[in-house]
Amino acid sequence: MNLDNLTHTSGEWLRGSGPESDIVISSRIRLARNLAAFPFTNRASSGQKSEIEALLRERIAKLELEPKLGYLNVPTLSSLDRQFLVERQLISRELAAADGPRGVALGPPETVSVMVNEEDHLRMQVMRSGFTLDEAWQEIDRVDDLLEQRVTYAFSEEFGYLTACPTNVGTGMRASVMLHLPALEHTKQIEKVFRALQKINLAVRGLYGEGSRASGHFYQISNQVTLGKSETSILNEIHGVIPQIITYERQARTSWLRDNRQGLQDKISRAYGTLCSATMMTSEETMELLSYVRLGINLHLIEDITIPTVNELFIHTQPAHLQKLMGASLDGEERNAARARYLRTRLREAGAHPN
Amino acid sequence: MKCQLCSNPATVHLTDIVQSQKKELHLCQSCAEQHQLVKKQELNLPAILQNLIGQHLGPQTDELARLTCPACGIKYMEFRAQGRLGCPHDYVVFRSGLTPLLQRIHRSDHHVGKTPRRSVLPPEQQAELMDLHRCLQTAIKTEAYEEAARLRDLLRQKDATDESG
Repeated sequence: MNLDNLTHTSGEWLRGSGPESDIVISSRIRLARNLAAFPFTNRASSGQKSEIEALLRERIAKLELEPKLGYLNVPTLSSLDRQFLVERQLISRELAAADGPRGVALGPPETVSVMVNEEDHLRMQVMRSGFTLDEAWQEIDRVDDLLEQRVTYAFSEEFGYLTACPTNVGTGMRASVMLHLPALEHTKQIEKVFRALQKINLAVRGLYGEGSRASGHFYQISNQVTLGKSETSILNEIHGVIPQIITYERQARTSWLRDNRQGLQDKISRAYGTLCSATMMTSEETMELLSYVRLGINLHLIEDITIPTVNELFIHTQPAHLQKLMGASLDGEERNAARARYLRTRLREAGAHPN
Repeated sequence: MKCQLCSNPATVHLTDIVQSQKKELHLCQSCAEQHQLVKKQELNLPAILQNLIGQHLGPQTDELARLTCPACGIKYMEFRAQGRLGCPHDYVVFRSGLTPLLQRIHRSDHHVGKTPRRSVLPPEQQAELMDLHRCLQTAIKTEAYEEAARLRDLLRQKDATDESG
């Protein structure tokens, strides 16, 4: 599998289509599974990890999936390529940083990824654009069924799928929906939403998961409980709250427009203008400004660029993507200059923006 | 309020309610840091989790503290320190310590949901598989090839999906 082919696209989750895609960026479900015959990854010897990796790699290659999954041996990847996969959400930061034999199997449309020797022997995920949890569940459920025919999972009638950390045991399922919530953040109502979600045991995190900031006004909402509830009822709980949050965000956007149209228009135009003309740009600032441009497009205040273009810019301006696009390893300052240059070029191509 | 470990004012307060029994911990910043409950004024969640794992046990602690999983060799205390189990069989061996912990994390201690379509091996047989794999590795390492071949056959028999090894 050639990672360079992926560089010029934006990946499934940023395709910018699917239900409610003005607010819901993507839907993702991951399942944690372990082999019954081996200790968990953290307790496995290097020899056992090799054995697990070889076994799973062979079984994954045989899965009746069309198109077939390609396999990447993570230890042989450069640190830039690992970071690139983390930015695309195809592997976790933990898998990128871990030691020993490990890998990831990926489908060409980048919807399926199966990590081997992460915290659990298997961490499989399906990610799709828009609010599409049901489709994501059907797909991951099928991948899981196919794998289960070829390996013996660690499973108990009492505790379900057994995992290295007791926080994942049971279904082993984490379902999450990524939302773009600039207006709720602007009106500070976001805090209220979070408190309400925490009460019903749903977690809210930033773009890149645990401990990451909500840059670009992106938020991931996911289940915390994995034991004592079926996959369907967990998914239903998330299904129940997302439409409400979408409604709140739409209301907040409408009242922002009604109460301060000029102020909002100015904020969006300035963001767009800065992206089109700045000569140094950090990743953080880029996310913030692109977020306003995205909002501007959805509110029809910006007409000359499209959501897929903005989504692509979100991912292409991440450090590893930028360096791969430039074909060179760049330090922080060089990256900021290259990022600004890249944004200017792309936005001028995309829109007939003056300057 | 004074720190429960020294006489300085307590500034770190932890409250934990389990099955309607309330447990409180009041410490000063430096004692809390010493016990790794807080780090650089930030909450140290793994340490708090560890502490909670411990608090649940009460009188069982001594008994649990002596437990070691025969399949992977992890001690219950190591699990407490790291927050990660060593192998699937730990769920059997450390059951009495895990059940209250699962109650607290998930408000449940019983799986509901997907079950593998194939029949599931009972726990002791899953542990046996792990044991056989370990013996097989040792046999290969010590170049005991006859023993290795025997173990591989046995594994194939026990683990129906182990198609080719």
